[in-house]
Amino acid sequence: MTASTDNPSSDSPDSPDSGSLDSGSTSSDRTRPASTSPDSPSTERLSPLHAIHVAGGASFTDFAGWQMPVSYGSDLAEHHAVRTAAGLFDLSHMGEIFVVGPEAAQALDYALAGKLSAIAVGQAKYSLLLTVDGGIVDDLVVYRTGDDRFLVVANASNRVDVARELIERSADFACEVYDESDDIALIAIQGPRAHEILSQAPTVEIPGLDDLKYYWCRPGTFGDRGEHELLVARTGYTGEDGFELYLSPDAAAQLWEALMETGAGSGLVAAGLASRDTLRLEAGMPLYGHELGTTTFPVQAGLGRVVALKKEGDFVGRQAIEAGPPADARVLVGLASEGKRAGRADYLLFAGTESGTDTEAPNPIGVITSGALSPTLGHPIAMAYVEKAHSEPGSPIFIDVRGKRIPAHVVSLPFYKRESR
Amino acid sequence: MADKTELKYTAAHEWILVDGTTATVGITDYAADKLGDVVFVELPEVGSTVASGTVVGEIESTKSVGELFAPVDGTVLEANEAVVDSPELVNSDPFGEGWLIKVTFETLPELLSFDEYAALVAE
Repeated sequence: MTASTDNPSSDSPDSPDSGSLDSGSTSSDRTRPASTSPDSPSTERLSPLHAIHVAGGASFTDFAGWQMPVSYGSDLAEHHAVRTAAGLFDLSHMGEIFVVGPEAAQALDYALAGKLSAIAVGQAKYSLLLTVDGGIVDDLVVYRTGDDRFLVVANASNRVDVARELIERSADFACEVYDESDDIALIAIQGPRAHEILSQAPTVEIPGLDDLKYYWCRPGTFGDRGEHELLVARTGYTGEDGFELYLSPDAAAQLWEALMETGAGSGLVAAGLASRDTLRLEAGMPLYGHELGTTTFPVQAGLGRVVALKKEGDFVGRQAIEAGPPADARVLVGLASEGKRAGRADYLLFAGTESGTDTEAPNPIGVITSGALSPTLGHPIAMAYVEKAHSEPGSPIFIDVRGKRIPAHVVSLPFYKRESR
Repeated sequence: MADKTELKYTAAHEWILVDGTTATVGITDYAADKLGDVVFVELPEVGSTVASGTVVGEIESTKSVGELFAPVDGTVLEANEAVVDSPELVNSDPFGEGWLIKVTFETLPELLSFDEYAALVAE
């Protein structure tokens, strides 16, 4: 048999990555094995948790130049664990870039799509770094860790571009840009029991953890003498409650093992990038390189609200965003279908009627950007760009699944939303 | 479960158990691991004619699509309905209950031995 992985994995806290689980292989790649390149790494970058992953039986993939865990045996079991209990993710490949100085907030207002000067110390905001033409260089989470201090978290594959752009765009402001990615590890604990486990972990001290709101962060410490600093954020990329913990690579293994031990009785499992991808897809979260790219306007991806057009002053991309995308620009939708056969990235979409494929319209009206059989819902789901005329919920659409037309229909995003508690 | 050392293999990561003129075909544990959790299997119809090297079925995981190739020219004698109903058998028992099809054949093409396949996977 041959295999090809076309569903890449996710990467960032609430923001994704263009790397593919299966670097170098596409759905048209028919040489085998294509799914991963586990044992003979072409890349040398290893997470500080690599030895733990090896001991835990992980299979690895080349991801944006890093060897990262795809799964620890069963991606489905890891997915379900995050939905019902908790999962622990190593995201140490993510880019962490600091912007520091008296005009750091103004610099980010100019460099990014959002109004970062409006967020309070301790608050986080999902934002975009736009091209001059209004496309998306990367999607980011920005944390304000001080009056004049911001942490910008970028996708691993875009880290260099984001750092370079931030340096260039902040040149006229009183601030400095530091790419600290190599000196920061990132562990995410996600799932309905994440809070309980984190609050019980020995030597983890996070004052005010119980009151930490979604998209806020605060400092903590870890270690017998409180010797390791933590930045604890209530953010994630799974559609569940959860936390992301930034810390020194030297302390990452110790924290990972402490959390695994604490959570063992609560159903916590180590979770890899494969489950992260299906989790974020169900949650309707875009993945850079799939739903987002330099030729995509935010409004096409449903991210118009992320662009703060009302903020004062210029920002990179403003003129293009105000002009808007072409009238015939496709828009991002959710697709749902029956059966088990999933449409996947790059599969073409065709207009349909209730009785079948619309033979009057033989040209594709869209393309899938991410798709899988939803582990939680039990039926195939996909995100896709389609012509506006076919974007209303309920619109019938046919997916060309390797030559067979599978009926689907447009649904609103997200596919899955956790019950608020 | 078949003795892995007694089986024949293809470079497409399938195993073949030869019994007279019947070949039982499955995918190797290596292939199953690489695919991840298998969630959908489509197999050829019993009685259909298959040609060596052509695609006769599909094995989908959450993240990948794998193709099943016929390793021999022949006629499909049996398709494993248990795997269609429970695709996870491909992961849990790839050399046993996770077998996929049985094909009757007249001539057996050249296939890899266990050692040859092990060397291929080790590359």
